[in-house]
Amino acid sequence: MSDVINLNLQVWRQENENSDGDFHYYSMKDVPVDISFLEMLDILNENLTKSGVEPISFDSDCREGICGTCGFVINGVAHGPMARTTVCQLHMRHFKDGDTLVIEPFRATPFKIVRDLVVDRGSFDKIIQAGGYVSINTGNGPDANSILIGKEDAEEAFDSAACIGCGACVASCPNASAALFTSAKISHLLQLPQGQVEERARVKSMVDKMDDEGFGACSNHGECEAVCPKGISIKNIANMRRSLIKSIVK
Amino acid sequence: MSILKAALPEKEIITHVKKLDGKTPGGDLQDKWSKYKSEMKLVNPANKRKYNILVVGTGLAGGSASATLAELGYNVKTFCIQDTPRRAHSIAAQGGINAAKNYQNDGDSVQRLFMDTIKGGDYRAREANVYRLAEVSTNIIDQCVAQGVPFARDYGGLLTNRSFGGAQVSRTFYARGQTGQQLLLGAYSSMMRQVAKKQIELYTNKEMLDLIIIDGQARGIVIRDLKTGEIETHTGEAVVLCTGGYGNVFFLSTNGKNSNATAAWRCHKKGALMANPCFTQIHPTCIPASGEYQSKLTLMSESLRNDGRVWVPKSGDDKRPSDEIPEKDRDYFLERMYPAYGNLVPRDVGSRAIKRVCDEGRGLGATGRAVYLDFASAIDRLGNKNISDKYGNLFDMYETITGESPYNKPMRIYPAIHYTMGGLWVDYDCMSNIPGLFVLGEANFSDHGANRLGASALMQGLADGYFVIPYTIGNYLANNSLDSVSDTADEFKVSIDEVKKKNESLLKIKGSSTVLELHRELGAVMWDLVGMARTKESLNEALEKIPQIKEKFWNDLNLQGTENNLNKSLENAARLADFIELGELMALDAYDREESCGAHFREEYQTSEGEPLRNDEKYAYVSAWEYVPDSVSILHKEDLNYEHVEMTQRNYK
Ligand code: SF4
Ligand code: FES
Repeated sequence: MSDVINLNLQVWRQENENSDGDFHYYSMKDVPVDISFLEMLDILNENLTKSGVEPISFDSDCREGICGTCGFVINGVAHGPMARTTVCQLHMRHFKDGDTLVIEPFRATPFKIVRDLVVDRGSFDKIIQAGGYVSINTGNGPDANSILIGKEDAEEAFDSAACIGCGACVASCPNASAALFTSAKISHLLQLPQGQVEERARVKSMVDKMDDEGFGACSNHGECEAVCPKGISIKNIANMRRSLIKSIVK
Repeated sequence: MSILKAALPEKEIITHVKKLDGKTPGGDLQDKWSKYKSEMKLVNPANKRKYNILVVGTGLAGGSASATLAELGYNVKTFCIQDTPRRAHSIAAQGGINAAKNYQNDGDSVQRLFMDTIKGGDYRAREANVYRLAEVSTNIIDQCVAQGVPFARDYGGLLTNRSFGGAQVSRTFYARGQTGQQLLLGAYSSMMRQVAKKQIELYTNKEMLDLIIIDGQARGIVIRDLKTGEIETHTGEAVVLCTGGYGNVFFLSTNGKNSNATAAWRCHKKGALMANPCFTQIHPTCIPASGEYQSKLTLMSESLRNDGRVWVPKSGDDKRPSDEIPEKDRDYFLERMYPAYGNLVPRDVGSRAIKRVCDEGRGLGATGRAVYLDFASAIDRLGNKNISDKYGNLFDMYETITGESPYNKPMRIYPAIHYTMGGLWVDYDCMSNIPGLFVLGEANFSDHGANRLGASALMQGLADGYFVIPYTIGNYLANNSLDSVSDTADEFKVSIDEVKKKNESLLKIKGSSTVLELHRELGAVMWDLVGMARTKESLNEALEKIPQIKEKFWNDLNLQGTENNLNKSLENAARLADFIELGELMALDAYDREESCGAHFREEYQTSEGEPLRNDEKYAYVSAWEYVPDSVSILHKEDLNYEHVEMTQRNYK
């Protein structure tokens, strides 16, 4: 249980959005393998603070893989080596004694680096604002059971709705495309009768917004699906394309 | 009942003679809310856009309030500490949301949900509020479905329900194990729609650090931009605080790392009363801390207790691995102590039983703070496949964190702080004692009494935001003529100064203890002395130790960096300073309440069976504390008058 490992860390440090950044080197001794990756960084930060150095800024909140706050790149892979796992759920038992880990922020033009490993993914909000909702005011909903939705449709809608907005898909895409994120929301709503009413307007507007915000085009690399901690499928992107064509042809 | 005599001197608590009034409308319980709605004053639609409403926090309460107020035509400014409002910690709620829809035709009704909530809260909640909550619960489900929340359905396409937390009816709606996430994203999407319409101005990465009161009314807030450190001000006609609970006082809890009490506490220091701060809920089934580096705790859904059996070895010396311990040497203590409910006893009862066996030295592992939750007999009975259909996600999550598979080895669990029933005092309108300051969701104290039922937190957050505040805020605005205020007013200047000074002084201490160390220290005191079971002695000890931690904090804090940049340590330090003060008030409140009720367990007050023993004659009140700088807080009381419910003792044997 009380196994420990030693690690060499190379961590990207950058003062703020406009400054230049570079890698800093830290060696970590006796890291318990039972702790999480973020707890390992907590220890490093404690050590830095004690030696009078400002700790590394990184973001996290729930630390249970649901809020989408955490996220950086470990050895070139967004959220690190474990499939379908956010960095907050990644544990040190998956690393070996003596490993060198290169840690850098999610890089994509629409995600501004705030500091060190922290990026601002507010541009995702802009995409949702462009139509990622059902236009209904509070109190206008009919009785919930008056809308019948087959179990399978509900399950599929859920699969798409499970996106946590972490941005790993964008960070891992060579084009910095937000297609997986955007299509997840479009498919979620497309698979429900409530969402179908506004389908055409929604898809067009959200896709346009994605371009406006500076996200690149999707060219089917599929890296996004591979790193997505919630297993969002690229089928969603196909759904989005189909819906987009429909909206243009009309 | 045995009463332990404390050796230490009595704390002097000044009780205010003036009783607090919850302003519950008259009439029959069933009619109060409709009567209120039909009699309240309305704001002329053309006037709504003249009002600026400041909403702080974007969880279920803040998200739903922002969206709804904007839809009505108010100018809403919404603030959150994250990079996007979708990250608020409501997102982590797993289980579900209660509503008295009676879709399962199993005898549920508004009356029954109301009674369950009152009883679950051990008769320490305000009757009329709870009834309203049960009443609007059905509207919430309609609203969420209309937004596209993908609730679980059966093959016929209808919504399906489960029974939750010991309820006798199936009234819990759920979306796999991620109900909070889906409801939050629903509220968030409604909010985003209003942002696009420019009806909401959204401020992300901003933390509220002070409330501005002008002429006795809440008229503005002071915030810090977390990216640049800049201090900014906003004025409005009302402030709606939706900043969640304060479980992180205990350092280890299931709350998110950023969940904090600062906005609420700063309002408290400006005069808002803090109610029932000692009512904190412990959740029995969390993954135990693995060691000293643990940063937070993860909840495992309560539903696991439907098939898992809780046990420890009969002897504390028995260090054999679980599979080598024969049945005869195991103590299935919940089944033994509570034959009727067994492993399904309510949260507080189960948590205390677990603590008891660990205190007896029978807890597991190096920390001694864990018990088994064993699925072996369920797997034998139902097969791996059935168990994995039911709990697969949870088992995977457990394995991700601990590296052990519950299919082969029993899970280990231990209770953790999960929710805080206490919060800022509000009246029936969800307004604090400061006119114009409204408080919604977990941040207020209003609906759960001394203990919250499972799947009721989501219900309350959304009830307050979607269906209560839109009415009550209108009533306030229509009844008060509010002069316009400017953020150059003296009140703002003074506050900005104070906020800046406070941050500067934190950075100047240059001591040797880090925020994390000090927070851990506070957490240990709170957990050991003001945690699951409290005594007069333990509370006395806490009331001595917490000021020592405060002293150490202000003299020995090691804080790096500056205030003009993203500085998480500085944020955390400022929040810890407030947690320390709040922790002291929690201890004082627990000290004052010489009874056991719900989650508040004073060991001196228990039945011969170890159940909490209420004292309705003396303590059927809400304790609402007034902040007094550099002195003991003053206790105000709101008497709880039950007109429609008879108070009885709980019994889960
Ligand atoms: S699609 Fe996956 S990777 Fe992209 S934001 Fe959503 S959860 Fe993250
Ligand atoms: S911190 Fe919430 S997903 Fe990692």
